[in-house]
Amino acid sequence: MGSRCAAAAVIATLLLLAGCGASDQGEERPTRIVSLSPSATETLFAIGAGEQVIAVDEESDHPAGVPRTNLSSYQPNVEAIAGYEPDLVLLPASVPRDVAAGLRRVGLTVISQPAPANLDDAYAQMRQLGRATGHPEAAERLARRTRARVERLIAAAPAGARLDFFHELDPDLYSTGTKTFIGRIYQRLGLRNVADPAARRAGTPYPQLSSEAVVAADPDLIVLADSECCGQSPATVGRRPGWQQVAAVKAGAVVAVDDDIASRWGPRIPVFVARAVEAMQLARGAEAGS
Amino acid sequence: MTAGTLSWRWLAAGVGAMVAALLTGLAVGPAGIPPGALIEGRLSPLQEAVLWELRAPRVLLGALVGATLASAGASYQAVFRNPLADPYLLGAAAGAGLGATLAIVYGGFLPLPLAAFAGATGAVTGAYLLGRSVGDGRGTATLILAGVAMAAFLTALQTLLLQQNTENVRAIYSWLLGRLSTSGWHEVGLVAPYAVVSIAVALAYRRLLDVLRVGDQEADALGIRVGRLRLLVIGAATLGTAAAVAASGLIGFVGIIIPHAVRLLAGSSFRVVLPLSMLFGAAFLVLADVVARTLLSPAELPIGVVTACIGAPFFVLILRTSREAAA
Repeated sequence: MGSRCAAAAVIATLLLLAGCGASDQGEERPTRIVSLSPSATETLFAIGAGEQVIAVDEESDHPAGVPRTNLSSYQPNVEAIAGYEPDLVLLPASVPRDVAAGLRRVGLTVISQPAPANLDDAYAQMRQLGRATGHPEAAERLARRTRARVERLIAAAPAGARLDFFHELDPDLYSTGTKTFIGRIYQRLGLRNVADPAARRAGTPYPQLSSEAVVAADPDLIVLADSECCGQSPATVGRRPGWQQVAAVKAGAVVAVDDDIASRWGPRIPVFVARAVEAMQLARGAEAGS
Repeated sequence: MTAGTLSWRWLAAGVGAMVAALLTGLAVGPAGIPPGALIEGRLSPLQEAVLWELRAPRVLLGALVGATLASAGASYQAVFRNPLADPYLLGAAAGAGLGATLAIVYGGFLPLPLAAFAGATGAVTGAYLLGRSVGDGRGTATLILAGVAMAAFLTALQTLLLQQNTENVRAIYSWLLGRLSTSGWHEVGLVAPYAVVSIAVALAYRRLLDVLRVGDQEADALGIRVGRLRLLVIGAATLGTAAAVAASGLIGFVGIIIPHAVRLLAGSSFRVVLPLSMLFGAAFLVLADVVARTLLSPAELPIGVVTACIGAPFFVLILRTSREAAA
């Protein structure tokens, strides 16, 4: 009886130690992080994991001072990534699948984050990065703070009859349907997407429209996500043939938003939402004035 | 059909096809303007803007580009005596592609159409000088090979540039596949002078191009200065092609299938092929554009995809029927 008891105590102790060992290992922070995802890079620096990051891709340009390299976030070279001897590699969905497979084959830890389907997904990705880098509390705080700011903006958005919007990705009039991260944000704002019929017909979340299709849809507000890449602005839109007849142009409800802010899902989500709300206010203001 | 002369029947068919295509192009589009309102002129300001500022220039640009590419294709086939020649043979497409890519990547140094135009004319000039420097200046084979080398080299540069600036992939890709979707009167004004000159030169030399079919030496013996004729015709065709790609991107297939379809149906003399290629080229591209904007309306399909998708089966059909008729 006594020996059995002792044996049980030993086993229990061993299990406990093993358990502690495992959890210790889990909380060990990676110190050589390579991020090829500009969104993830922004989040890492916002949750205090910046010092653990040794290299980021050429598109990661925020915040200032990130260790930018010439690693590509589209066609990265496995060997070049492995050369940094990282203990954690963060990949966006744009990276081909065989890259992640190749990195895992050489024994590296890889987290691949696809574009989030909606805001909740984006907050979940922040928390995932927090857990993976040893900053779960800071990530939780960031997720909550971002969510609170976004919800405040949505609650303060002007109400009234439903407004139509056009979100422009480039001057060839590629846009985004509702079934994308950005599209879901507009949906939360109660806006109607003029690119949706095109997205449905073409079977793509990023359809290309013609000038005629946009002008005929007559959106109440236009958000330009091609201001940095392609120099588009309310002025250039106003000079496009036929666009002077569009409600958004007549009302002055055309706003430019930094391309990067409109295409990432990190701590700057509220900046984008604020711009969209601003466009709504401009459209509403014109409505009230007329 | 009598060899060499353009029958009234075919001319009427060509003009009819072009007019029908232009009217179809004006009547069809995602804005869904009812034909009744169109005929009676009861249009809202928005519908007027759509019709006259967007649809009309788009249709007209399509016609100009189609006519220019088809007549340039026929010209190239004539001066090279090569059925596979198309307006992009001497590197015009590759040069324009590099020019456009440079303009997109390093935006601001040149407007995109100008960069594409300069790239196209520069590439063909380079290929021509290269061909002359290595060949004896008379044969067409060295010229074609110089064009192939030039195209391969410039395409490699363009791909390298694209690879290093992946954030611009969509813009570059969209240009490479051809587009009429955002065109206005400005683009029509850019292309029109070159298109007119290019087509006029090709038409003016249609008889001499017929003589050229017998061979360089024979034409020479008949008193034609072959080298000068070739340079002039290539120059005019290249100017037209460069202007067309500058405004609408790389639209493939028109320059090769239209002249061949005309040749199979109406006769092989360039006095027939050149004017009819122009008319049917215009009609074909306008209709291809109607498909591009209605098939997935209101979404757009790249017009380069449409010309190849419709063009290839259509061409096979003509090939078959004309062979059956001949048999």
